[in-house]
Amino acid sequence: MTVNGYNISSMDGYTAGGGGSDPASLFSEERRRGLAAAFSRVGRALRELYARPASALGTTLVLVFFFMALFGPLIAPYSATEQIAGAARQAPSLQHLFGTDHLGRDVFSRVVLGARDILALAGLGTLLAVTIGTLVGMFSAYRGGWVDEISFRLFDSLLALPALLLALLLLGVVGPSRSSVLVVLVIVYVPIVARVVRSVVLSTKQKGFVEAARMQGESTASIVRRDIFPSVTPALTVEAALRFSYAIFLVASLGFLGVGVQPPNPDWGLMVSQARPYVSLTPWALYFPAIAIALLVIGVNLAADGLKRVLLPGRES
Amino acid sequence: MSRYVARRLAFLVITLLLTSLIVFVVTQWLPGDVARVILGREASEPALAALRAELGLDKPLPLQYLSWLGRFLTGDWGTSYSTGLPVRDLVLERAGNSTMLAGLTLLIAVPLSVFLGVVAGLKADKPLDATISIGSLAVVGLPEFVTGLILIEVLALRLHLFPANSSIRPGTGFFEALPQLVLPALTATFVLLAYVTRLTRAGVVEEMRQGYVRTATLKGLPRRTVVGRHVLRNALLPTITVLAISFGWLIGGLIVIENVFNYPGLGRLMTFAIDRRDLPLMQAITLLTVLVFALANLGADLLYAALNPRIRLE
Amino acid sequence: MASFSNVLEIDGLTVSYRRGQKSLDAVRNVSFSIAAGQSYGLVGESGSGKSTLALAIMQYLPENGLVTGGTIRLGGQDLAALPREQMQQVWRDQIKLVPQDPGASLNPSLRIGDQLDEALCDGNEARDELRQRSLEQLRQVRIADPERVAASYPHQLSGGMQQRVLIAMALARQPSLLILDEPTTNLDVTTEAVILDLVRDLVHGQRTAILYVSHNLGVVASICDRVAVLYAGELVEDLTPQQLRRRPLHPYTLGLLDSVPRLGQRAGVDPLLPIAGTIARLDALPAGCVFAPRCPIAQQLCRDLRPELEETPEGGLVRCHRWREIAAGMVDARADRPAAVASQNGVSGAASALRTEALVKHFPVRRTLAEALRRTPARQVHAVDGVSLQIGQQRTLGLVGESGSGKTTAARCIVGLVERTGGQVTLFDIALAPGLDRRDAAVLRRLQMVFQNPEEALNPHRTVGDVLQRPLMRLMGLSAGEARQQAGELLEAVRLSSAYLDRTPGQLSGGEKQRVAIARAFASNPDVLILDESVSALDVSVQASILNLLTELQAEQGSAYLFISHDLAAVSYLADDIAVMYLGQVVETGSAEQMLHPPFHPYSEALLSAVPRIDAAGPERIRLPGDLPSAIDLPSGCRFHTRCPRLLGDICRTQEPPWQETAPGHRYRCHIAPDELTAMQVSSGEQNGWPRREMGEASR
Repeated sequence: MTVNGYNISSMDGYTAGGGGSDPASLFSEERRRGLAAAFSRVGRALRELYARPASALGTTLVLVFFFMALFGPLIAPYSATEQIAGAARQAPSLQHLFGTDHLGRDVFSRVVLGARDILALAGLGTLLAVTIGTLVGMFSAYRGGWVDEISFRLFDSLLALPALLLALLLLGVVGPSRSSVLVVLVIVYVPIVARVVRSVVLSTKQKGFVEAARMQGESTASIVRRDIFPSVTPALTVEAALRFSYAIFLVASLGFLGVGVQPPNPDWGLMVSQARPYVSLTPWALYFPAIAIALLVIGVNLAADGLKRVLLPGRES
Repeated sequence: MSRYVARRLAFLVITLLLTSLIVFVVTQWLPGDVARVILGREASEPALAALRAELGLDKPLPLQYLSWLGRFLTGDWGTSYSTGLPVRDLVLERAGNSTMLAGLTLLIAVPLSVFLGVVAGLKADKPLDATISIGSLAVVGLPEFVTGLILIEVLALRLHLFPANSSIRPGTGFFEALPQLVLPALTATFVLLAYVTRLTRAGVVEEMRQGYVRTATLKGLPRRTVVGRHVLRNALLPTITVLAISFGWLIGGLIVIENVFNYPGLGRLMTFAIDRRDLPLMQAITLLTVLVFALANLGADLLYAALNPRIRLE
Repeated sequence: MASFSNVLEIDGLTVSYRRGQKSLDAVRNVSFSIAAGQSYGLVGESGSGKSTLALAIMQYLPENGLVTGGTIRLGGQDLAALPREQMQQVWRDQIKLVPQDPGASLNPSLRIGDQLDEALCDGNEARDELRQRSLEQLRQVRIADPERVAASYPHQLSGGMQQRVLIAMALARQPSLLILDEPTTNLDVTTEAVILDLVRDLVHGQRTAILYVSHNLGVVASICDRVAVLYAGELVEDLTPQQLRRRPLHPYTLGLLDSVPRLGQRAGVDPLLPIAGTIARLDALPAGCVFAPRCPIAQQLCRDLRPELEETPEGGLVRCHRWREIAAGMVDARADRPAAVASQNGVSGAASALRTEALVKHFPVRRTLAEALRRTPARQVHAVDGVSLQIGQQRTLGLVGESGSGKTTAARCIVGLVERTGGQVTLFDIALAPGLDRRDAAVLRRLQMVFQNPEEALNPHRTVGDVLQRPLMRLMGLSAGEARQQAGELLEAVRLSSAYLDRTPGQLSGGEKQRVAIARAFASNPDVLILDESVSALDVSVQASILNLLTELQAEQGSAYLFISHDLAAVSYLADDIAVMYLGQVVETGSAEQMLHPPFHPYSEALLSAVPRIDAAGPERIRLPGDLPSAIDLPSGCRFHTRCPRLLGDICRTQEPPWQETAPGHRYRCHIAPDELTAMQVSSGEQNGWPRREMGEASR
């Protein structure tokens, strides 16, 4: 039998320091394969999302808003802050698709340009929260012991504060600005993401293939990267989509309450609250940004639900 | 069961201590010199020093925290920077108003959402379920100010059923305030509805797959007995926890809703406090809310345990 | 085929599942009937369609399942034609199901009594009267304290107790048909034996017709009047248990029989003859005989033409083109004997490869805050409590015990996945650190493990090649290229082609996954390999080939094995030495030969007697009363005294038993001296038909 044969050759390799041929090329090979696989996975996920009408609608909405965010300045006929002389309080027309507000700003332009604002803020916040939450959740759960115990007691306490209340408290203290909204998003969502990741890690940790890796003397970092992370990704993707939806919700709500993005930025929530006193004069200035928020949130939710059905089939809640 | 209760109580105490620590750190330590926050930029150094001594800010932080917590526990919640009024009276009066609103909301939302969730779960993957699920998905993330504005537009401005503005005078009773409460409560209902419906549905679907449902069906029991006697008993148990969690959402939602409808509750007081950087007011509102939320969670956990023989007979 | 007294008549039944656009026929053209008072066994491996068949008869198929052909008649009534309300009547009064998973089949939040009342209720009895009948029903299934059980919730009962309750429920209204779907599969062997006895006695002389569905030929043969073998959705043979023992005719039935180790069968002497290949997929059924691709005597005819079910002179039915030749002894339908494995095993008394001394693992039970403050000492789960084992070089030690015996925890302590509380583990002459993290690569390389669940053994996101290359590079220091080359050779060593290198675990069957897991464990050429229930989750034919693979690899590699299993027959097949564990302690050790003959520890005796066997159905058997005691509050004295059928008296309750040595290497822990114990056990053993001491070619 052949297995016997390598007993000697392998000992040679061992004493020679192992490693062997060109790890760099292996890595890039692995990475290339990984990239190709990732692309085909995204393609497949999109195809499956478009297989159901609800998630197809959601995905389309999200893509439209992303398009607006990317190419907003090319679409918007006016700037977000330009107060067009003599054009205040105009009803929707060909000139001003969504009308103008009480200051004479073009509502269509503000809505289109606002997409970038809210998507960037909510997106970046989600990305940071998911990244930090994943790292914390994975290492804490994989290590276990008191580190895990303490960090999760603390997270539980943070979760005992309703998100919006915690956000308000923080913003009330540090003062409203874009960057503080970002920080707030991260603080509010890191514990939630970390918890989700933690529970997946804890269940994966006991599986045979992780224990086998431990018995091969793999380092913790390598086990987490190679064995645990891939198992976490589906749940994490769904969680990220949900967090994104809540982040949009939170950013808009904070804007509406006047403690988020500050005027004159075209923040949708802020636009709604600024238009409220003039609702009988310029209802369009209130309803178009509100509709934009509604469509974006519904789109993200439907897409997230579709993602969940694709990535975590059989999971109901 | 007694072990379980003891453990829950211990968790409650630890959670409250940690949260109060977080609130303390955020409101007392993060802003830097509280004395300067109160007295403003032009205050003289002796005046600042005097205030620091008065507020105990010259003591080490752990001591500050303990005395701050002690004062809060003994009912001394301090004086509002912006109004000069005792924080306790302000907060407790508004808390009463918020409680009325939350109570009405729960009264409408809980039976409705549980009912919808059960129906959707029993009709899983049928058109009715798809309608309920997609509908709840669509509204699950709508910010309250959007739903609130829609309701105002339709029910107040067009149909004139309820007032669009819900500002009530201090000391107004529940029934007197009822017309003003309906619209904000309906708005808050949407927040809970989607969430509770979805999770109730998930619970029902999950239980319908269990082996005991097969056992019950194969006893030849009619479907309504299988559902009523066997499935719901188990499926609605987790809903208790769901309701407790959604209570946290409700608190957040109410902050926005009270602002939309101009309703004088804690949420409106909170935004007022933030506008004025009124730290004692913010602290008191946050701590009280956290306490209520934590107690609600404890209550839910205990109820869950009492109804679940696997924990009760532990 | 229709007969007047038949309770159940199934004719040409085909059941299909919709899967997307496709429709897969999981059961095809199956016909059989069961008369009143008759018990009919349905045997098959996973994918045979046996559970689908049972559910179809119950009219309880999942939503995508549909009867697409044939009829199911109960008492002459076509069940498929019944509207739901009438089916409810049938469910209530006529057909009953005892399911596989008793725990999940009882409502967790209703008391047992209420659930039982419900099954008995006609709608207008008085509550008290109803409850009295429920209690009576519980007594019938030999529950000693029915009042307590009726007042309990399901989670307060053991699995065996839950299954009795379900049986009581099923028999409550004297159904005309009782379907038992793998009713003992999730239970421990000793509990299984008790439940089987119960079923046998309850149905004896009753008019109820029984359909017993199982993967275990031994169980079915010992309970049923007739046995049907199902393969890939088709009935391939239908015969009596006597014919099954004497001369089955279908190559698949023969293959199944040859795949299960009989008690006393030894790998080195009388190897199992596994069935080659894997079960046909429903979406790619062969054109001819469904078994042809795996059949050792398949001819062109078999591959081209599907055989019909034919009647044999002995009254059996068989679906095979060549059954006459088989019956006449003109062909040997049994699989080729594997090339005799020259036994290169170490001799008994060889230097030890692995040794544990007084290995202890206690898990603390979490205290509440109040208990911690009161300084109540933390209570301990005594999972492993002073276990000393020794595995000789190139030898196999079998570790047997039921769930809760601590055998898996002991294994995990040895490899370091769980840190032991006390004791020593020595690999050759190296003392091993408790935790994996503090063992160096050389130790890891020499001590490896294969886990129970093949589904979780491999990272689903990595290819087989990746999985195998990792240990080769990490532990053996090979380069990537060398490792890939070597991985291919490893695959061939576990009888898979190197084409598997680029497959992912999702594309493999359970048996293939376990082969890859074994290849991975062998990658570092370990001196000691721990196999923790590594074949238990597999179908019998696959299990046999893995057992043989392990034997061959041992002969080639010279590794020592610690083979852990609840299956005494599998252990005695593979192991040179055996240790029996009960509640964290070893109660008996000896050579495999010694362990099969009196005197044995009373617990080992009960384990032996519980093994379901095809060849003999002994009337008087040793059965264990009660459930496994808690590992937190251990019984005083002898830990086995609460269930011991050979209890002496107070001495067992108060004093820890001594080790009794009967022969070099064989000892057991009991108060009864070897001579007395032998005398007791030989007399009952005669009725039980213990394997004879002569280990010649056993008659089949």
